[in-house]
Amino acid sequence: MGGISRRRFLEFGAAAVATTVATSKRSHATPNFEGYPEGMGVLVDLTKCIGCRSCEAACNKEHGLPKPEKPFDDLSVFDERGHSGQMRRPDETRYTVVNRYEPTQGGAPVYRKIQCNHCNEPACLTSCFVNAYTKTKEGAVVYNPEVCVGCRMCMTACPFYVPGYSYSSATNPVIVKCNFCYDKRLVNGLPPACVEICPQEALLFGHREELIAIGKARIKAEPDRYIDHIYGEEEVGGTSWMYISSEPFEELGFDTTLQKKPIISNVMGFLGMVPMVLAIWPALFTGFHLLAKKKGGEDGHDSERGEGE
Amino acid sequence: MKRYIDKGAKVVDGPRSPVQNRPWTLKEKLLLGFTPKEYLGQAVRNPLNWVAALILLVGLPVILSRFYFGLGFVTHASNDYPWGLFLGFGLFSMVPLSASGFLLGTTVEVFGRHDFEPIERLALLNGLLGYLFAVVYLLADLGQPWRLPYPMVVSWGPAAVLFLVGWHVATYLSVQMAEVSASFFEWQGWPRAKAFIRRIALGLTTAGIILSTLHQGALGALFTYAPGKVHPLWYSEEFQWIFFFCSSIPAGLCMVIVASTIVKKTMAWRCDARFLENLDRITLGLAKGAAMGLVTYATIKLIGLAHDNEWGYLASGFGTLFLAEMTFGVFIPISLFAYAVRHKIVAMARFGALLTVLGIVFNRLNTALFTFNWKLYPELPHIGETIIVVTVFTIYLLVYRFLLYRLPILYQWKAELVPVDEAVPAPKLVKESKTPVGEVTA
Repeated sequence: MGGISRRRFLEFGAAAVATTVATSKRSHATPNFEGYPEGMGVLVDLTKCIGCRSCEAACNKEHGLPKPEKPFDDLSVFDERGHSGQMRRPDETRYTVVNRYEPTQGGAPVYRKIQCNHCNEPACLTSCFVNAYTKTKEGAVVYNPEVCVGCRMCMTACPFYVPGYSYSSATNPVIVKCNFCYDKRLVNGLPPACVEICPQEALLFGHREELIAIGKARIKAEPDRYIDHIYGEEEVGGTSWMYISSEPFEELGFDTTLQKKPIISNVMGFLGMVPMVLAIWPALFTGFHLLAKKKGGEDGHDSERGEGE
Repeated sequence: MKRYIDKGAKVVDGPRSPVQNRPWTLKEKLLLGFTPKEYLGQAVRNPLNWVAALILLVGLPVILSRFYFGLGFVTHASNDYPWGLFLGFGLFSMVPLSASGFLLGTTVEVFGRHDFEPIERLALLNGLLGYLFAVVYLLADLGQPWRLPYPMVVSWGPAAVLFLVGWHVATYLSVQMAEVSASFFEWQGWPRAKAFIRRIALGLTTAGIILSTLHQGALGALFTYAPGKVHPLWYSEEFQWIFFFCSSIPAGLCMVIVASTIVKKTMAWRCDARFLENLDRITLGLAKGAAMGLVTYATIKLIGLAHDNEWGYLASGFGTLFLAEMTFGVFIPISLFAYAVRHKIVAMARFGALLTVLGIVFNRLNTALFTFNWKLYPELPHIGETIIVVTVFTIYLLVYRFLLYRLPILYQWKAELVPVDEAVPAPKLVKESKTPVGEVTA
């Protein structure tokens, strides 16, 4: 080899700069973080989904999840309702579910797959006090059960109600959620199991940036077919999983009131005040104390204490 | 207890037994100077103990089952409502009610208002126990409570608000432990340890203000992670932390009023003349402070409503709940305090304080539980969860009473008669001799 070649040196330098920039971005300019350039994503075309639930089955198999009560070809699950008419949601037994929605305008039902949307700036990650979450450069938001204390802040913070908790376990309850098939597939450049199995090609795997372009192209090509919006392009700072639809998103259980900026930006004001309080309060209150004290006098506190009768 | 005292029994209130003219033994101190039979006798005769025993009898097995069968056994195991009563009441309500320690500490130590001194120790103990049991509730809620130290030692997430809460509550617990330990050292007969605590008191108090400002606020800031889930009337992106911090001030002051009222009614035998004679004056002083805190809180809540233009929500069902909370928890107490202070009606101030305390609990429960997920469905706590909350609260009251019975919180410890040579360690060193001398000759 004989020393470092110029190219390697440059690579190293670039990496160092990139790291610095990335770190400083994380700590100072987080609201502007728009995802890793090579981040992958999935574009869900709700007009193509037929509600066959094969993605649910593939996910179950891929992750070795428990066998459900009803088989995956049983479509009566679409009529299941939980607490106060809530539709099915991901939990400790399933990382993804498909729900059926009847459009209010009439017409064919729409099926929507729910899983972790893998936000660019995940609220779960930024709210976790033990750093159990990682946003990988491939775009996945992965969770480390080894350090999780079980405060369930991430569940409170997730705007999509995605993380579930294995409440049934007494000794090792953990967060359960879709991990984009990160460890077995995504790191090797493979699409997640649900995408691979989809017979309708309703799920499109690719670079997030390209998917946005494709989504826009589809909407432009068939403006009568699609609502002019890619859900996830900008919601809470952008997500890796995105949706296009023929029906208004709010009718399909999507929260269309979500803020555009990442959740963490709501907390920035408070976090920024912390060091100021730490720095200013001691002088401020010691100053009050000095002002309140009588001139030249002793504090006098407690001098009588213990005198008794 | 009163019965014995009426008969002329002497309760431990100093290092030496006045009857036998020798230092109390530890056992005697623990039994307040009674024989075991006498002590047991009064405990059995106290009906409150039977109520507590009944609650523990039911509650302790439920607590054990929570750890044996998991959280899902005593809660609804909801993925939509990850936080229930344990945090809604135990953490979010107990912590503001325990702001008393830093408030009275600041009043006395920093602002030098020594006229509030008779109640300072009660406020400090109230703060310490409140935080301690907030952590107990937290332990009941955490999925893996044995990992509680993880954010300190195993894996850091310093950008998270909860990280700040964790560190601050832990640090502040130690600070309060040190502050309250002064009374323990008196009781135990360690004057030098107490003198050391006195020396660092100003530092401890200032640390208490910093930590309290930040973590009381941080508890509010936690909810800004869930902007769409907390109902707009209880949510403000900009002001949430100020709402929580500001309301913790009347909460802490009123909690001291409530605690001192209970103490005065149920264990007047333990209070000394200094405490009892000053209590009415102090109560009105605290009520004045609480009223100012509440007026400020009401003002910034109105600013919050206007800032986010949330007036429209007032007409909804949630609006009624909000107005009820503000009326009974803020506006009525303000009027009561104002009238009580003006006309020196202590009982009215006490009632106002009770309303404020309940109002704060109601506010925190509304934010964390009742109006949380307002777009989904309301969650009512599981019976198991409720039993555990009541049981832990009972244990809190029992520990509270245990300490009040013994430590010089409500009364002053009688003078320590220490041999002079031991008491004045280095008379030549003028600087150092100050505190110990003052301590002993006092």
